[in-house]
Amino acid sequence: MADRIDLVLQVNGAEHRVSVHPFARLLDVLREDLRLTGTKEGCGEGECGACTVLLNGRVVNSCLVPAAQAQGAVVVTVEGLAEGERLSSLQAAFLAHNGAQCGFCTPGMLLSATDLINRCPNPSDDQIRDGLAGNLCRCTGYAKILDAVHTAASREASR
Amino acid sequence: MIGASSIRKEGRAKVLGTAIYTDDKFMPGALHGLTVRSEVPRGILRAIHFGDGIPWEEFTLVTAEDIPGTNLVASVVDDQPFLVGIGQEITHSQQAVLLLAHSDRFLAEKARRAVRLDIEELPAVLDIQSSLDLQPLIYGADNLLKEIRIAKGDPAPVWAQAAHVIEGEYRTGAQEQMYIEPNAMLSVVEPRDGALQVTVWGSLQCPYYVHGALRQLFGLSEKQVRVVAMEMGGAFGGKEDYPSVNGGHAALLAWKSGRPVKLIYDREEDLACTTKRHPSRTRLRTAFDAEGNLLALEADFILDGGAYATLSPVVLSRGAVHAASVYRCPHVRIHARAVATNTPPPGAFRGFGAPQSLFAMERHMDVCARKLGLDAVELRRKNFLRLGDTMATGQVIREDLDLAGIMDRALAAIGYHDKRAAFALTNQEDGPIKRGVGFSVFMHGCGFTGNGESHVASVAGVEGLADGTVAVLAASTEMGQGKNTVFAQIVAEALHLPVELVDTAQVDTDHVPNSGPTVASRSTMMVGRILEDAAIGFKQALVQQGFLAEPYTPESFQTAVAKAVAALGTLRCYGQYHRPPNIQWDDVNYRGDAYPTYSWACYAAEVAVDLDTCEVKVADFAAVQEVGRVVNPTLAAGQIEGGVAQGIGWGLWEEVTMQRGRMINNQMTNYIIPTSVDLPRIQVIFLENAHAGGPGGAKGIGELPMDGPAPAVVNALENALGTLRLDEVPMTPDRLLERCEEVTHG
Repeated sequence: MADRIDLVLQVNGAEHRVSVHPFARLLDVLREDLRLTGTKEGCGEGECGACTVLLNGRVVNSCLVPAAQAQGAVVVTVEGLAEGERLSSLQAAFLAHNGAQCGFCTPGMLLSATDLINRCPNPSDDQIRDGLAGNLCRCTGYAKILDAVHTAASREASR
Repeated sequence: MIGASSIRKEGRAKVLGTAIYTDDKFMPGALHGLTVRSEVPRGILRAIHFGDGIPWEEFTLVTAEDIPGTNLVASVVDDQPFLVGIGQEITHSQQAVLLLAHSDRFLAEKARRAVRLDIEELPAVLDIQSSLDLQPLIYGADNLLKEIRIAKGDPAPVWAQAAHVIEGEYRTGAQEQMYIEPNAMLSVVEPRDGALQVTVWGSLQCPYYVHGALRQLFGLSEKQVRVVAMEMGGAFGGKEDYPSVNGGHAALLAWKSGRPVKLIYDREEDLACTTKRHPSRTRLRTAFDAEGNLLALEADFILDGGAYATLSPVVLSRGAVHAASVYRCPHVRIHARAVATNTPPPGAFRGFGAPQSLFAMERHMDVCARKLGLDAVELRRKNFLRLGDTMATGQVIREDLDLAGIMDRALAAIGYHDKRAAFALTNQEDGPIKRGVGFSVFMHGCGFTGNGESHVASVAGVEGLADGTVAVLAASTEMGQGKNTVFAQIVAEALHLPVELVDTAQVDTDHVPNSGPTVASRSTMMVGRILEDAAIGFKQALVQQGFLAEPYTPESFQTAVAKAVAALGTLRCYGQYHRPPNIQWDDVNYRGDAYPTYSWACYAAEVAVDLDTCEVKVADFAAVQEVGRVVNPTLAAGQIEGGVAQGIGWGLWEEVTMQRGRMINNQMTNYIIPTSVDLPRIQVIFLENAHAGGPGGAKGIGELPMDGPAPAVVNALENALGTLRLDEVPMTPDRLLERCEEVTHG
């Protein structure tokens, strides 16, 4: 087994070349090699969703993606959502509605919600609940998160 | 400022992903720490074997023999070792025996698996009854970690004379806090001026608890230890006492290695070894007259306290005081015991003993109503505490308390009476779905029990900064509850400033005073009040020193502060807790004002039960509470919604499954917390009744919402299904099926 594997991947619009442990996960590459620590580890088994990122446009739990599978991939993390100082509609709505309490589930929640609004621009409460069912939150009881997603969706729709 | 929904201070960093949690902090040369634990519940450690194929010489290894100071975790009772040494007793299945660290965490994990412990097993106590029976004796003279008796009047002669005597036994299970960020610590230990300097950065609620634990562990002075609270990914009590343990472990590895050490638990380890809510058993005996007036109450309240005392004495204390709940009763006996078992010690979890005893009492009131042939609403209405009434500890209700009004508001919000009538008809139809509504009425004592606040004598302050803004100085930590924002609002209100001019200093024991632990629904009410005083003192000092003239604008205030800082250097003003003269507590006899005040609530739930699967859906939920003046309505609603979610989880789904004293469902996959599809929208209603003792009239709020959901949901289940033995939570589908079968099979 090789000591390290070399990867090229595009993260938040920038190309990165890294040399990583063969057992490393995409989550490790993002956090440890690229120091994009917005993506969190809550369980390491794909249950909590705190490590959610977009991989080639699809929502994944980055703790379940072997780094080798991210070869050549396009990845979006929470750090890629704002445009400079300007928050995305979802980030602004999470802030306004208190959708982030402890904030640990927030990055993953924002990525899943971004994907949801892309797929379903005007979601109902139930559609939001389904869309976020893979992202556990222990602080909010989810109500303020639902409010935030509704607000962001209507703002996006009126743009 | 108070009463406005100011935006969360650290919210922007959280949505940007730039907030720095413990594992997000990197230090060059850091090692990854791991813990080797016993896998048997009780025995004597005979040897530690280091397996082949591991370059052990590259590892930093720490055993009990290495500990430079005292090998006991500083807590309520100092009885828990950081590490068990050779020849010493293992008392639970997760007991730490060896710490190891290496720069390669894959290799470190391999090494952990290569360690084998030679343990001579001893018979273990794994449940409450075995502990009470001393089968075998494992702790002290009687297996009791703490015993409390509360007495009011004399119930003895009442039982024979009362029209009705009703008894019941109720049980509650352990519950995992399940903060999404697992426990995490980072430590550096380095020489400074010829002495050791220990620094710990961590996910922790109570910096000065960890500070005290590190001092004792290393035998160091106050100035040689520094604890910094990083951004915290939830806690709920789970990072109240445990961080003294893993903070110590991280520091031991850093000290031995001379390198920074990160000790980050993975989820399985966190679930298996860290604290949970105490399992409980409550036996209640109540006497009523023919009209349903409560005449006497006896409660035998028992908590499973695990292998060491840790916080059990104080958890038991709160549970005992809440055992008589919100009812007027002339004759009360409460006997409360925390018993030792060979299980990992439970600890703090939102509610802190009160959810356990309140579940028992609020289920019991519904059972009593049925047996008395009275409506559950009217039985409670008849017996509620009112202004001038005396609680079990002798505390007199001095506030204009309207529990009936709170109850009626919750019942109206859920449509209680209409739904009861409607479900009585629809539940008779065939079809698997049965519906019910139920409720609970309860209170939560604000701040520490008894003399706790006097003992801590919290200090907090404000500091003027060079740019003219103001920083809050307090050791209270932000765990998502909104402390940063609420403190800023309180100080801004006292100084007549916009909230943008006030922010919180990083919680670092080198910089902030000890405002006490961030627990017990005490931060807003207790620390907030001290900050209010400190802010007013700060302003008066500016005026007296000639820097500020009243009235002032925010701009002139900012200019004055900047000038004062330039002229005087450091500009700080502190306040300290002083016990109000009318609050008296006798800690020996448990008499007096157990709390300065209480928050009061009624929660009502509507459930739908699928008889084919015994799955329960909570279809609607109304949470009505009187919490004094609400400082930040949006943040406060978030506390209620989140607390209700945890309470529903505890009532229906969250089960810690133990086997040989070890949690075996220690994964998120099979310990079930509510997801976004499992909960209804919670109706949150605040009834405000300003409390003179709190800042701007505020009372405590954080724990209250944990107390009411479980009994409300289970009472609703009884309404849906009829009389069943619904005496335990979580009422999982398996357990509910079992209870239904008891009826079917007689």
